[in-house]
Amino acid sequence: MDFSLGEDRQMLADSLRRFLADKVPFSVRKTAAFEGAGWSRDIWGQLAELGAIGALFDEGVGGFGGSPFDVAVVFGEIGRGLLTGPWLAALQAGQVLGAAGRTDDLAALIDGTAVITYAEEEADTWFDPAAITTRATAQGDRWVLDGAKTVVAYAGSADRLLVVARADAGLSTFLVERDAPGMTVRDYLLVDGGSAGDVTFAATPATLVGEPGHAGPVIEAARALGLVALAWEAVAVMDALRDQTLDYLRTRKQFGIPIGKFQALQHRMATMALEIEQARSAAINAADRYIGTRVERERAASAAKATIGKAGSLAAEEAIQMHGGIGMTWELAMSHYAKRLVMIGHELGDEDHHLARYIELGHELEQAEA
Amino acid sequence: MDLTFTPEEEAFRDEVRTFLSQKLPARLSDKIRKSQHLTKAEMEEWHAILNARGWLANHWPVEWGGTGWSVMQRFIFETETALVHAPRVLPFGVSMIGPVLLKYGSEAQKRRWLPRILDGSDWWCQGYSEPGAGSDLASLKTSAVRDGDHYVVNGQKTWTTLAQYANMMFCLVRTSTEGKRQEGISFLLIDMATPGIEVRPIKLLSGDHEVNEVFFTDVRVPVENLVGEENKGWTYAKYLLTYERTNIAGVGASMAAFGELKDIARTQRRNGRPLSEDPQFAARLARLEIELENMKTTNLRVLVAAGAVAAPTAESSMLKIRGTEIRQTIDDLMRRAAGTHARPWIPESFEGGWNGEPVGPEWAGPVSTHYFNDRKLSIFGGSNEVQREIITKAILEL
Ligand SMILES: Cc1cc2nc3c(=O)[nH]c(=O)nc-3n(C[C@H](O)[C@H](O)[C@H](O)COP(=O)(O)OP(=O)(O)OC[C@H]3O[C@@H](n4cnc5c(N)ncnc54)[C@H](O)[C@@H]3O)c2cc1C
Repeated sequence: MDFSLGEDRQMLADSLRRFLADKVPFSVRKTAAFEGAGWSRDIWGQLAELGAIGALFDEGVGGFGGSPFDVAVVFGEIGRGLLTGPWLAALQAGQVLGAAGRTDDLAALIDGTAVITYAEEEADTWFDPAAITTRATAQGDRWVLDGAKTVVAYAGSADRLLVVARADAGLSTFLVERDAPGMTVRDYLLVDGGSAGDVTFAATPATLVGEPGHAGPVIEAARALGLVALAWEAVAVMDALRDQTLDYLRTRKQFGIPIGKFQALQHRMATMALEIEQARSAAINAADRYIGTRVERERAASAAKATIGKAGSLAAEEAIQMHGGIGMTWELAMSHYAKRLVMIGHELGDEDHHLARYIELGHELEQAEA
Repeated sequence: MDLTFTPEEEAFRDEVRTFLSQKLPARLSDKIRKSQHLTKAEMEEWHAILNARGWLANHWPVEWGGTGWSVMQRFIFETETALVHAPRVLPFGVSMIGPVLLKYGSEAQKRRWLPRILDGSDWWCQGYSEPGAGSDLASLKTSAVRDGDHYVVNGQKTWTTLAQYANMMFCLVRTSTEGKRQEGISFLLIDMATPGIEVRPIKLLSGDHEVNEVFFTDVRVPVENLVGEENKGWTYAKYLLTYERTNIAGVGASMAAFGELKDIARTQRRNGRPLSEDPQFAARLARLEIELENMKTTNLRVLVAAGAVAAPTAESSMLKIRGTEIRQTIDDLMRRAAGTHARPWIPESFEGGWNGEPVGPEWAGPVSTHYFNDRKLSIFGGSNEVQREIITKAILEL
């Protein structure tokens, strides 16, 4: 057993951390998160140069990482730095492109020249791909899409969209150009910064990625890796919240002593620290089982999401509460970490969704064993 | 024991409903329903409507313009107004400084200030907290030094809710640094237009501007604006807090919000069935409903036993803790119900006149903003930790 990240990953983590700390101070990141499209393409480009996007993909498809622990390192630093940008979407879209052998498109994503977002979720799907209704129709050797997607990450500022749609043969994936005819995008900011958009397609031309009807297992695996990513991001955000709250408990004085001396707060802080360690273990488990069987992989991914959902809202609420009034302010970095953490709970299925899924997968496992 | 409404209470409820259906402008209730900010004029408009009916300061003594309503009647009124999305009555005048003046103010002060609360001449704000004095309120430093017919006030208040609209502040100031800290505090009424006062906005994490910093530099306050006796302000301040806490518990408002949550759970579908049939969500909802029903009875029990508008100190702490926890749980379930549609943030949608398309169901637009903004409920009015300290000492005697 080995719980260290290994030298290469540590180097990557260090270089990303140094870049974010030295080159783009928190105030710059915060401003970028709530202006325009809610992210800085310039920072994105510089991080691409440092290898942050390439680290998400396998060498076989042109990346220089691709292990779940590489993904973990990158998303951990994104969480620590509270950085907005289409990271999760690029991870999922890139996995699908890689699986289909579309290395040219993936290369453009990796070097930062093309931003490719990922459009799966619809207003009524609730994270269940079986409920996807966006239609893909073959017209000779071309395809067109009809339907609507919701809260598509950075839809307004991406160059292309990787869209999951239903063809006659079943779920399939497509690339759509941002300026494709028949497509509309309505952009908005997000509660925790960054932006997303509602997208509609009406006979919008699209390029098939992979085989028609074969997307199901590919997007499921991509989502599982997305869940690994979110779990590590959430743990890093929780670490930041814990450290910031500890600092505050040590320095803020009421009744003549630091508030961290009050046992009522000490025990709450201890609980929060314990929950964070459990969440870290869940994130490690999810990364470790990613290379296991499908059921192992999916169960660990859902377990991680259920864990960070519970630990995350606790950590966010407690951090605000223990800061008192100051914890309610926009000015303080802490409040933005808290918002990010709660909003991670709303991405790729919430705590309740993954708990139910974990139970279901458990039944599958028992049946397989019987 | 009998918890059902008497025929008189039923009749009263009908009277309130009729009043609301006739007098509550749809313009205002629409805004509340859409979680849009009311303007200052709109808040004043609602106060004026209630005042015309004699219901604004309904818990005041009849001779000062109150109603003589029972605990149950006040509860019915609170619940019915919340159910139809009427604006909230602002507590600062009616439920904070009003009760203090009624109990501790001079005859002249009552005659001067109480009618102005009713007719909307004054908008009050609460100057208690300071940067260094939050939970430990008695450590406040803003000083008032006597100079002839005036006090000269220097220092800073913070977290002052809606000070941007207020023309008057009731303010705790230090008039003595000798002896116990609590014994050197006085209660002053300060005209916000006095030279030397500066109000600066604080932006909340949810993006809202509702609190402010207020700075005082050599602000001259006439001595007749001292409430009660010099250095006795702590007693008055604590009395006010029992009103504030009872009010924050907001059981009626939570009942209305819970009703909405339940409707949403019945109509919002998730994985092919209504949310109310999702085992996890249904369990969360049921626990909340049980807690709220219990709270309704606790609230009435405490208030009836006290025979007063505000619960006594320790009981008001209980109501404050559980009332705010319930409200925060409602917010939490609302955001969970919205799923991915809890994420979009359209600041313009909180302003009147916004007619854009919502993203996802209309009710989902403000859920996260409410969730984050209402974290304040367990912090202000004395944090819930401080309330637990009070219960520990005053009721449990530990
Ligand atoms: C939105 C909002 C509106 C407000 N409006 C007003 C207003 O209009 N007027 C006004 O005067 N004030 C107002 N307040 C201020 C509010 O009353 C204070 O924020 C509150 O009293 C807490 O003080 P603090 O913020 O300084 O936190 P602190 O007192 O510094 O507390 C920080 C943390 O320590 C905990 N703590 C402190 N002491 C103890 C203890 N002995 N044991 C255990 N835990 C402890 C607290 O519970 C909290 O979790 C408002 C606050 C907010 C957030």
